[in-house]
Formats: sequence, structure tokens, C-alpha cells
Amino acid sequence: MNGVHDVGGMHGFGPVDWDEGPPSLDDWEAAVVAIQGATRRTGLINIDEFRHGIERMAPAHYLGSSYFEHWLDGIARVLVEKGAIDPAALDARTAFFAERPDGAARDALAAAPPATRPSVPHRGYVRPERAPPRFRAGDAVRARTTHPAGHTRLPRYARGRRGVIAAYHGVHVFPDTHAHGLGEQPQPLYSVRFEARELWGESAEPREAVYLDAWEPYLEPA
Amino acid sequence: MGKNHPNVDSYVVSRVRALESLLIEKGILAPDAVDAVVRRYEQDTGPLLGARAVARAWSDPAYRERLLADGRAAVAEFGGEVDTLLVVKENTPEVHHMVVCTLCSCYPWPVLGLPPTWYKQPAYRSRAVIAPREVLREFGTEIAEQREVRVWDSSSEMRYMVLPMRPPGTEALSEEELVALVTRDSMIGVTEIPQPAAVR
Repeated sequence: MNGVHDVGGMHGFGPVDWDEGPPSLDDWEAAVVAIQGATRRTGLINIDEFRHGIERMAPAHYLGSSYFEHWLDGIARVLVEKGAIDPAALDARTAFFAERPDGAARDALAAAPPATRPSVPHRGYVRPERAPPRFRAGDAVRARTTHPAGHTRLPRYARGRRGVIAAYHGVHVFPDTHAHGLGEQPQPLYSVRFEARELWGESAEPREAVYLDAWEPYLEPA
Repeated sequence: MGKNHPNVDSYVVSRVRALESLLIEKGILAPDAVDAVVRRYEQDTGPLLGARAVARAWSDPAYRERLLADGRAAVAEFGGEVDTLLVVKENTPEVHHMVVCTLCSCYPWPVLGLPPTWYKQPAYRSRAVIAPREVLREFGTEIAEQREVRVWDSSSEMRYMVLPMRPPGTEALSEEELVALVTRDSMIGVTEIPQPAAVR
């Protein structure tokens, strides 16, 4: 989707707010990380559904909120869509905790049962090669001009642009279907080199290239 | 608090607790899972695994070959577990590499630890691809004009890490001493490793 998450090449965000300090997690952020891990571990939300949940945040909310707020919003959206969480129950429970901001609030709830839902084994993202890849290193390609309303990992800045296959990385789960309950439909994955001049025209910096990981359906011969 | 922890709305904290408690009740989230995450990241070694791999690659040409050929297998030699393909790009006098994820914030957590906040923010994600030399300058990194800059946009489940150049004057240092020189930011590719003051 042409969403607010697809920021590559945008202007206006200002300089990088560089901070040398080691990162750490607040308690609520650790809880979000744990929740994300649990939804993945149990197979409730796969990585591509998770990302697409975030991409569909309201644009102003996306830009005005922190990284782990993105996770929270995306996870809640997908859990509601899948019927795993009742949105009214989530709102009611949120109000419950909002009235009890002290740390002991969790104890106000009945003692929880242990987690019983089994883990789904993590199989990674690489799948067996069933046919030879269409492209080889050195082949000239063009990223398709395409504007799917659903999930894709082909950023706007590369669409319609010419590049060269730099490497073939085997067959990988295809996010564009995996995010939408349409299965893994594994596809050959390539590293594609785009000259900065091809992407950015005269505003390109000298001697720069961008390398993008692109699944075969994103590419056509050039 | 500070940049790592923007003042978060109390609604967000309540929402997290709500979701946490509902998922515990449904048997999806283990009751001790949050504490486990807190413990894990309290003991987070940050970029130590990546730094070990870099120092070994500087010291051992055969290891360097293995790291560049299959990053996941090479970091596993240190006990590191990476559940995706890890691609390591080597900086040279001719080429400087840097890593970004424009679409979200994909980052090699297992080798570099928690990502810095700036890596996840739109300022870095938007500009790393269109104005990398300008971004590098904001990190104090000046790349000579004749050196090519290659930006790796992590759009798949492969993860990228940079093998920085070994700084001059470090020939006499042990591998352990080299580990201490290797910074997180140099393995993202936004800085280079300066010659250590002690050997200047």
C-alpha cells in the first residue's frame, strides 16, 4: 500500500536525532515486545500481518507516535480483525487500568491461568527451490510500476526504476500474500542494485547506489 | 527518560496492560513472559556479538571469508543465534556501506542488540537512501568523494551488518582489544572506527 510507512526519499523530517547512549526498554515497551513474541510464537500473527497492521495506522498517528506504540496499534488491529480480541473488551479493560495507574493494578484481576496455547515451530523464511530463478546476477531489470492497496515490500522510490541483479538469495516467503492469509507462495529473492541517479535524478549524490531485496514478482526484464 | 523514552501517553500504558491481561487470560501470553523480556534486555550485551565477529574477521582471514560468505554461520561460531540470513558487507577504501530499513525498522537485533531510537525514526529512514552522505555528515562521518556509498535497504527477512575497516595503528592489538574498539554505529555503517588515541 502507498502508506505513511513508506518514507524512503521523503523530505521534511529534519536532521537525524543521533543519540549515542545504549538503548533500553521501559516496562510498557517490554510488555509490547513480549506480546509481539507471543502472537508470533503461537502463530496468531505472522511477521507480514504484523507489519501490515502497522502500515494501516492513521497516518497522523503513525508519525506522532513512538516505535513500540506502532507495534501496539498494529498488533491490536490484527488481533481484533482475527477475532482473537473483542474490541469492546479491550476498551473496557483499558479504562479499567486507566483508573488504576498504580503498579498493583494487575493484581486487581483474578489470578491468570498459565499459557496453554502451544508454540508453532518457527521455520524461518527460506523455502526449497522448485524451479530455476528467472534472473541471474548481472541481469538488467526494472522494478514494476505497481500500486497494490495491500502489503508489499517494494518501496515507492524504486517502482518503475531500472536496476541490476547483484545477487540471488534463494526462495523466500512472499510478504504480499503472507500478509493477507493467502499463504507463503515462496518466490526467488534478489538483491538489486539501483544507481542513485536512476532513483533521484539530478538531486542524486555522486557515487551512490541503493541495494534493495526484491522478490521476483516485483521485477521485469529491462 | 530522554530520547529513548518519549513521554508516553498514560492511555498507551493502560492499553498495553489491557492487552497483556486479556492475552494472559486467553492462554496466549505466558504470565512471566514480560518479566522474561525485561530480564533478557537487562542482560542485553548490545553489539557485543557483532563486535566479536568484526574483531575476529580483522585478525583471521579465513574467518573473514566465512563471515562474508554466510554471516549467520559465522556468528554461530560465537554461540550467536540468528534466525534469518545475515549478510555482511565489507567496507574498503573504495566502498562504504550503510544499512537502513525505509519501510519499517528491520535491524540485526541478534548481533547488534536493541536498535537505537534514531534508526527507527523517519528522519534516518527517509534520508539514508536519497542523501546518505549528508546523513553520514550528521554522524560526523565524511566519506571521500571518490569512495562509493552503498545503502542497503532491508526490505526482506535478510539482515545486514557492516564489517568496518580496521583502523590504522592497531596491528599490535589483541583480538580482545580490537573488540573494544568496534562500535554499534560502525556496524550499521554510519560511522567509521577512528585510530585509537593510545596508539596514535
